Amino acid sequence: MEDINAIQDEIIGEFEILGDDKESTIYYIMELGDQLPDFPETERKEDNIIKGCQSKVWLITNLQDGKIQFLADSNTAITKGLISLLIRVLSGRKAKEIMNADLYFIERIGMGNIIGSQRSNGLAAMIKQMKMFALAYQSKIDA
Amino acid sequence: MSDLVEVIDSRKKIDVNKIREDFPVLHQKVNGKPLAYFDNAATTQKPVQVIDALKAYYEKDNSNIHRGAHTLASRATEHFESTRNQIREFINAPSSEEVIFTKGTTESINLVANTYGRKFIQEGDEIIISTMEHHSNIVPWQMLCENNKAVLRVIPIFKNGELDFEAYKKLLSPKTKLVAVVHASNALGTVNPIKDMIRLAHEYGAKFLVDGAQSTAHLPVDVQDLDCDFLAFSAHKLYGPTGVGVLYGKRELLEKMPPYQGGGEMIKEVRFENTTYNDIPYKFEAGTPNIADVIAFDQALTFIKDCGKDKIHAHESQLLAYAFDKCATIKGFEPIGTADEKVSVMSFNIKNTHPFDVGMMLDASGIAVRTGHHCTQPLMDWYGIEGTVRASFAVYNTVEEIDRLYNSLVRIAKRKN
Repeated sequence: MEDINAIQDEIIGEFEILGDDKESTIYYIMELGDQLPDFPETERKEDNIIKGCQSKVWLITNLQDGKIQFLADSNTAITKGLISLLIRVLSGRKAKEIMNADLYFIERIGMGNIIGSQRSNGLAAMIKQMKMFALAYQSKIDA
Repeated sequence: MSDLVEVIDSRKKIDVNKIREDFPVLHQKVNGKPLAYFDNAATTQKPVQVIDALKAYYEKDNSNIHRGAHTLASRATEHFESTRNQIREFINAPSSEEVIFTKGTTESINLVANTYGRKFIQEGDEIIISTMEHHSNIVPWQMLCENNKAVLRVIPIFKNGELDFEAYKKLLSPKTKLVAVVHASNALGTVNPIKDMIRLAHEYGAKFLVDGAQSTAHLPVDVQDLDCDFLAFSAHKLYGPTGVGVLYGKRELLEKMPPYQGGGEMIKEVRFENTTYNDIPYKFEAGTPNIADVIAFDQALTFIKDCGKDKIHAHESQLLAYAFDKCATIKGFEPIGTADEKVSVMSFNIKNTHPFDVGMMLDASGIAVRTGHHCTQPLMDWYGIEGTVRASFAVYNTVEEIDRLYNSLVRIAKRKN
């Protein structure tokens, strides 16, 4: 598996091709969301909703061979696309890697301009939640 | 002969291109595309006359009104009070003392709830609102009911967004003390038959407050013809500045009502032992008002008068009909609110697509709409939806802009339909 920064650079490259055409960028983000694997219907419950997002975002995890797998869904296509980017970068990694990840791609692709400040807060909440999960797994491992 | 027909026809119509010249904000690109502004039910754009008036006030006349002993203060006072008079004309109020300045529709309604309501609504009394009310015409009454142990009753609606008039008749009783209903719904566009509703409410001795936030820009609103007891509306939905609202109230009621806030302007004499209050309208205007914006609002009203409200309404109705006819052909287009009588609001959803996503995709094409619950959560709950996409049209919108909206919606709808 490529390291976190290689994937981030890959994403930056993809968004560079889109340039500053917002319409193409938005449609592209939504397409990325469409490609996320199906989210289990039974997990679409209040407990799995990330607080601090305007849209509903459900996030669950499981540990496979010491690596954290993230599964997510959202009621809006754009938010689903955003979390799919985070999953692409962070899923299938060790807890420590996730905790220490510097997600510079978000700023580099100009996400703030694409989604606006309110949605940026939501994105920050998603990242925080993913890192919290990693921290929880790590403390279990350390215990 | 055909020339004559054309001349007559052009007199009936507004010249949109000429009007657009007066709105600097419209001449810009958003996300690389020309702006098509369809969020007029939230706030309208401001003509250059309004913007110039704001600037001119601060450059030439700025001073505090009503008590200054100098020329600038008299000029500012004169402009401020002449705006009040133009508003009186605009709604055909019997006198300008019945026109009170507030921050907006919300404050106007809160003023009535906190003064008339607190004093005259008793335990067990009933207040009637409707399912399609904006939160600002729900929450103040809920708060009042909680405080005074009164009961809030809600008029149901039909699926097409029309009010159930028969149900309204049944809700009315000698217990009804106040009816507060929106003239035109911000979320659906429905125009309610308020004149008949007012007449019926009066038969039971109830007072009637009209939420005119969405109607005053589009429909003739004559408080004497309607015989409403209160009318609340905002300047910023009438091509005027934000931060200015109006409360019209019948003199006999305003005089009986206690003051809303205490402070300067609203008093006659202040002694530590007791204070006597000023006459209406000043009794309800504590503190220095929003002078500059009130004065600039005068220009917005002149703009509307010059356009002609009937012509504005005709133009907007034409746009609404055109938009609905065109969009109805889109697979997955689901209109919300299809009442016969509507102001220029097209509320809808695209099947399998969240309204927020529709809004973002339209914004990326330079098209500004509103998405969400439009501060009418009980109404959205009634429809069993999270929200809608709302395109609302104003005097400066064009058929070409609606074509762009249609083309974008076709693309959006194709994603999941």
